Formats: sequence, structure tokens, C-alpha cells
Amino acid sequence: MADAETTAKTKKKADRTGFEPHIIGFLCNWCTYAGADLAGTSRIGYPTNIKAVRVPCSGRVDAMYVINALKNGADGVLVSGCHPGDCHYNQGNYYARRRFMILREIFSAMGINPERLQMSWCSAAEGAKWAQIVAQVTEKIRELGPFEGI
Amino acid sequence: MARIGVFVCWCGSNIAGTVDVKKVAEEVSKLPYVVYSTDYKYMCSDPGQNMIKEAIKEHRLTGVVVSACSPRMHEVTFRRTVQEEGVNPYMMEMANIREHCSWVHDDMEEATEKAIELVRMAVAKAVELEPMEKIEVPVTKRALVIGGGIAGIQAALDIADGGVEVILVEKSPSIGGKMSQLDETFPTLDCSQCILTPKMVDAAQHPNIKIYSYAELEELDGFIGNFQARIRQKARSVDMELCNGCGDCWNKCPQKKIPSEFEAGMSDRAAIYVPFPQAIPNTPVIDRENCIYFQSGKCGVCAKICPTGAISYDQSDEFITEEVGAVVVATGYDLFNTDVIGEYGYGEIPDVISGLQFERLSSASGPTEGKIVRPSDGKKPEEVAFICCVGSRDDKYGRPYCSRICCMYTAKHAILLHHKSHGSQAYVFYIDVRAGGKGYEEFLRRATEEEGAIYMRGRVSRLYRDNGKVVVKGADTLSGAQIELHCDMVVLANGITASPGAEELARKLSISYDEYGFYSEAHPKLRPVETNTAGIYLAGCCQAPKDIPDSVSQASAAASKVLALFSGDFLTREPNIAEVNPFTCTGCFTCREVCPYDAIDEEEVTVHIDGKKVTRTIARVNLGKCQGCGICCAVCRSNAINLKGTKDLQIFRQIKAFTGSEKEKSDEPVGSKK
Ligand SMILES: Cc1cc2nc3c(=O)[nH]c(=O)nc-3n(C[C@H](O)[C@H](O)[C@H](O)COP(=O)(O)OP(=O)(O)OC[C@H]3O[C@@H](n4cnc5c(N)ncnc54)[C@H](O)[C@@H]3O)c2cc1C
Ligand code: SF4
Ligand code: SF4
Ligand code: FES
Repeated sequence: MADAETTAKTKKKADRTGFEPHIIGFLCNWCTYAGADLAGTSRIGYPTNIKAVRVPCSGRVDAMYVINALKNGADGVLVSGCHPGDCHYNQGNYYARRRFMILREIFSAMGINPERLQMSWCSAAEGAKWAQIVAQVTEKIRELGPFEGI
Repeated sequence: MARIGVFVCWCGSNIAGTVDVKKVAEEVSKLPYVVYSTDYKYMCSDPGQNMIKEAIKEHRLTGVVVSACSPRMHEVTFRRTVQEEGVNPYMMEMANIREHCSWVHDDMEEATEKAIELVRMAVAKAVELEPMEKIEVPVTKRALVIGGGIAGIQAALDIADGGVEVILVEKSPSIGGKMSQLDETFPTLDCSQCILTPKMVDAAQHPNIKIYSYAELEELDGFIGNFQARIRQKARSVDMELCNGCGDCWNKCPQKKIPSEFEAGMSDRAAIYVPFPQAIPNTPVIDRENCIYFQSGKCGVCAKICPTGAISYDQSDEFITEEVGAVVVATGYDLFNTDVIGEYGYGEIPDVISGLQFERLSSASGPTEGKIVRPSDGKKPEEVAFICCVGSRDDKYGRPYCSRICCMYTAKHAILLHHKSHGSQAYVFYIDVRAGGKGYEEFLRRATEEEGAIYMRGRVSRLYRDNGKVVVKGADTLSGAQIELHCDMVVLANGITASPGAEELARKLSISYDEYGFYSEAHPKLRPVETNTAGIYLAGCCQAPKDIPDSVSQASAAASKVLALFSGDFLTREPNIAEVNPFTCTGCFTCREVCPYDAIDEEEVTVHIDGKKVTRTIARVNLGKCQGCGICCAVCRSNAINLKGTKDLQIFRQIKAFTGSEKEKSDEPVGSKK
């Protein structure tokens, strides 16, 4: 963890070379969004690539949002919610998990790298984990390179 | 046309130290629909809020974007600000440039760039915001309490004292719960019956409390403020009105060999019985499974003998519907079934008993009138071993959790043994002793220092019979020595498990429970008595193992929540709920299948197609039940259901704004708002 943290903190834009991915994150209000707030309160640094959209629950995230994001120039999408069993609305994240597993398969079939769509579970208490997720997802999408379109 | 004002906060140096706030304000002023933008040191301060109000007036703003801390921090504040200036509170959107930006990045250029993007997204959403009104639902000011143990009784009394009618539903023939079976209680050793029975009487006599005993909840419909509870009153086979509680029936009933639940199987009861003499109500029930008349049609002794003709064999279960506005669940706990631990021989070795059986042995109202004797031969036990953590903190039995009360009741048992059985020696096998409550550590010290209990750290591996004794085999983990102790009696401190049927009840109530069957509170720290279903509260051991003081505290807390809920005639709720478009809904009801709150109702609509009248059934969102998760919206195939405050269009705008495809004012206007 400490590694991801320090690299993120010290890696200034100027030092970076090449491609910086645009990533949109759909964060459930009760867990991940709050976890990201906690990363802030605890001043745990991470890369700037992911911009968050607050949604009530990961189950709210329509497959169309993901497709729309990629279509409009995002290089990757992250959907993040409460841990399985902890969804504020009991089972929203189970629906999300199933939905996006299928969407990833559809992506594969369409020749889109399914890794463009990332999922994670992060609780309101896991500020450090959020920072780690951002670092990892950013790295992953950076590896994939710019998204060339659907 | 939307007219948006953007207010960028410095938060002292919290934001301004990393984000070039001036630049943010300047950049976003170029966005479509933004007619005003500015920055200020502390937006949430009085002058900051006044700035927003002034700008609303001066620039006729229709929407406001506050770019500052997390909405989880100040959304309510700024909604109020705009409302005070006559703008609908839901026309305010926040961009989180502190927690999600300035606090986690340190390169000014990058952070500023990200802040601009975040504000741009917020503006895009703000353009699509719609005014919303809080939802008002009328409240039925009556409460349902499920479970009549100490927690349920306390909650019922507190609510009733607040002037509200309470329906108390208890599954067993009498209220009282486990506490009625206890002898003296830690840490003060006051007699359980003496403090509980007056409360039971108070509940029975309270003009605001109606008790259904020997009854269960069949179904709960409705939503906060407006529940309909269908209650099954099981057939008692005795007319409550006629019975005077004389007891002739249970004295004369020939079927007397049924292990008494109240006495934890330490003595027998008849087929017609009241569980214990102080039972409330004091009307017997016929246990039909064990009644000779019900099993073979013969007997009928109780009907012949009853002086008031109260016996009614042909009674059947009745169903009653009660309207209530709130529910308190207080269904308590059960004890870990020690039969599954073969090594301890519980049920086979008569002198291996459970903690609850020890309570009955020690109780003056119990089968031995308070004389502590061995079940096998009625003799005084000289040496008694107490084993802690039986079925608690043990992955082997799927119960890693601590049952919280067993350490203390074991210490109490050791003290009671010393008091009531002079010269007997208590040995306590423990793993760790947990004595975290008020007066608990002192109580424990009293057991060891004043009352002579010998504590040994270690788990007992086996219990077996030898020459009339029970041999306790185990290891003392402190000294490393193997232990073999020949005792006269062994008491197992069995752990606490969820009450039987807890999961089934949870499903009827749409509340969640943890992997062990205990009900989940809405927040482990800040909302400990609420569930995730609005209007349903928790009290006592149904939520987690706890002692009497904690059960009572939680019950009073739940009662105060109920009374607060009932303090107005209407409930106001946030308006962010789902909404069906009646023109596009096809009536497939996929939404109903996924809704966790059963919030999709049916609605009949008549439409004209080709001049013909057609009646269709479509979905309608129940304003009281919908919690605004939006799960339905993501599954609707016809895009007919949308979540207010997080509409598809609002999200799509954010997505577009994020990727910067509409940066400059020269772009096509993004909003469809006039
Ligand atoms: C051996 C032993 C000794 C103890 N000694 C002490 C002590 O000395 N001091 C102390 O503070 N604590 C002690 N306790 C703990 C104490 O028993 C509990 O804290 C207390 O009883 C919890 O009260 P409750 O109302 O939550 O649950 P319960 O007492 O279990 O009451 C729950 C009630 O709900 C009813 N019910 C269950 N399901 C339903 C349903 N579906 N519908 C309707 N009704 C239902 C049950 O029949 C019961 O009447 C002891 C526990 C044990 C096992
Ligand atoms: S709102 Fe959508 S999912 Fe629900 S019934 Fe109508 S069409 Fe079906
Ligand atoms: S938003 Fe959630 S609670 Fe409301 S109707 Fe849809 S699925 Fe049910
Ligand atoms: S509320 Fe977080 S995933 Fe459902």
C-alpha cells in the first residue's frame, strides 16, 4: 500500500510521460463514495485520473452508463460499491456484479478489452483501499492504452 | 434557460493550497449556462452563504453549483441556503474538490485540472436538475412490538407512556422472555423475577398496551408510518374471557410427562399449562401435540373439570390485522445447542447441564426450590466445573463471535454455588474472561477473591462419566499441565444464537441480518437501533448478544425513535425516489422482481389506442416504501422508470462533461432545459 501511496504522491505530472487515461468512476453513496471521502480526510494520495460520479447504489449503474462513457471518450470505467452483503439496499451490488460480468463478456465478444470495465468493493472505512484501487485501476487502463472507440 | 451560478470554496488553505481556485472559477465561467462564478474563503460561513443568496437575486440564478467539500458534509447546508432565497433546494449540486481532490493530490496543476473537470460535471448535472418536493406521508400513531422479553416489554412501556398505543405480540404463551427464567442477576445479584414481574404486570395493565400472547406475525405490509400487520393468534383452546386461572385443569390433566420449557427440561408440565405461576396472561394453553384429546379423541378431563366452562377444543387460529406506523423487533435469542458437541456428552450424562438449567436449579421458584443438587441422584455437588465459551468464539461450530454474557453469568453461577451450596467448590475453565460492563470486573474479582472460585485457563477437550463422577479432561494453557478433574456436576456456558425463526421473520419485515441470523442495524455506530427499512427498529438480543442493562437501553432508545417518528402528523421523506413513466411502461414488472423493498405497486390505466379504450396494468412506485436505490431503473427494458435526483439524463450529461466534449460556450448548448 505504502508503495502505491508514495508513488502517487511523488509522481508529478511533469515526471510522467505519455498517455494519461481518462477514467470515470461510478461510486455508491454509502460505501465507496464515503470511502473516497475518508481517503481525503486521511490525506492518502492517489492519481488524478478517476473522476467520480455519485450514485445511490452500484445497482443503479445502468449498463448504458458504461457504454456511454466509453463512447464519449473515457478510456476506462470503474464501478465500485459496498462489499457483497453490505449493500445499503441489501442486494444492489449483487445485481451490479451480475450485470457487469455479463457486460464484460459482451465486450469480449465485441472485441473490446473487458478490462476497460473495472469493478471493486470498498467500504466507507477503507480510505486506504480506495487510494489503492485508484492507483491499480489507473495503472491497468494505462497499460491498455487509449480506447479507440466502439 | 437554466442560469447556473458556480461558487468555488477555498476552505481556507484546505482547497486553495492545492487547487488554483481563481482559475477554476474563471474556467467554469466559460461553460454553457453558467452566468456567474466566483470564489470565496469559506463558502459555508455566513458571509459565504450570503454571497450565494445575493448572487441568486442579482443574476436570477435557477441553479447553484457549490464546489467545495463532500456533499456528505454540506449538501444539507447549501440546499437550505438556496431555499432561503426561494430556489428549490434540489436545484443545488456540489462538486467535491476537497475530499476527492485537494486533499489527495499535491501537484497544483493536476489538481486544478481535475477540479475544473469535477465542477464541469456538476454544472452539467445542475443544468438537468429538477425541482423536487419532500414527500409527505400520513402516520398511523400506533406501534407494533414483536417479542415480549425484557427488551420488548421495556420498549412497549416506554412507547405507551408516551401516549401511543402499542400492540405487543409474543410467540409463547406468556411474556417475560429468558429473563423470567433467571435466578439472581449479575452484577448486583438482584432477583430477576422480582424486578421483571412488576414490569410484566405494568405492561398487562397499561391502558395503551394490547398484548397478543401465543401469537405471531404472519405478514407485514405497507411502509413507514403505514404498516398493516397481520397477526396469527394461535388457538389456545381456552377462552381467555371465561378462564379465571384457578389451575384445576393443569392439576387434573392426566398427561403430565412433558418436559417443561420454562424449567429448561428440569421438570415436567401437563398438556394444558401456564409456563410459570407468574405468567402473563395467566390463562393456560393446550399443547395440542401432547394432548390426549387432540391426539386420540379421548380424555376431555379439563373440559369436564373447568368450573367456568372455558375449555374450547374447537377454537382455531384467528387472524387479526392491526394498523401501525412503526415496528420494534425484540425477538431475543436462543442458546447454542450443545448436543452437537459430542465430546461434552450433554443429554447423555445427566450431570452435565446448561447454564440456563443451572439458573432453574438455583432459583427459589425452580424445580428444587433453589437447592442446588445433582440431577442424577439429587445429592449436593461438592465439586462443580463451569466451562465457558461453549459454542462461542469457536470456528468449528461456525460461531467466531463472543456471546458477551457467558463469562459474567458463569462468575455469577460460581458465586451462587458458593452461597447456596456451602462448602462446594467451583472450577471455571475459561479462554479469556470478558468483564467489560459497569461493575463487572469487580463482580468477577468477587467471585475469585471472596467466593473462592478457582479459574483455570484452557479449553476442555472431553467430559465422561466415571464412577458416578464427571471427569473433565483438558489442558491448563497457562501452566501447560494436563488436567483431569473429577467433578460432581458440570455446567456448560452455552453461547447465544439467533432466535429460532429469525431469518423467516426478517424476510417478512424486509430487514437484513448477518451471517449468524442477528438483525443488522442501519449503522454500527451511529444508527444502532434502526434497521435499513424505514420505520422498523431493533431492541435487545435479536440484534446481537447482550445483557439485560444493554437490552433495556436499546429498547428505550428504540422507543424514543418511535415517539420521535410519531411527533408529527406527517412524515417527510427525501424525494429521491423512483418514478414510472406511464406512457412507456409496458407492465413487465421486472422492476418489482429486483426491488428490495417491495415498492412497486400495480396501477390500472386506460389509454386510447386507435380510438379504442384499452386498460393496461402498469407499475407505480409506492412513495412510502421506495428507498431510492435505483436498482429498478437499471433493469427496466423500456427505460420507463427513473430515479429522481439521479436521472439517466443527468448522469449522461455528467459523462459527457467529464470527457470534455463540451467545454466551451461556443459548443451546442447541452441542456434541454428552458
Ligand atoms: C444462563 C443465562 C444467564 C443470564 N444471566 C444474566 C444476568 O445475570 N444478568 C444480565 O444482565 N443478563 C443475563 N442474561 C442475559 C439475558 O437473558 C438477556 O440479556 C435478556 O434476556 C435479553 O432480553 P431480550 O428481550 O432481548 O430477549 P429474550 O429474553 O430472548 O426475549 C425475546 C422474546 O421474544 C419472543 N419471540 C421470539 N421470536 C418471536 C417471534 N417471531 N414472534 C413473537 N415473539 C417472539 C420470545 O418468546 C421471547 O419471549 C443471562 C442469559 C443466560 C442464558
Ligand atoms: S417500469 Fe419498466 S420494469 Fe417496471 S413494469 Fe414498467 S416497463 Fe417493466
Ligand atoms: S428505487 Fe429501489 S426501492 Fe425504489 S422502486 Fe426502485 S428498486 Fe424499489
Ligand atoms: S449501496 Fe453501496 S452497493 Fe448498494
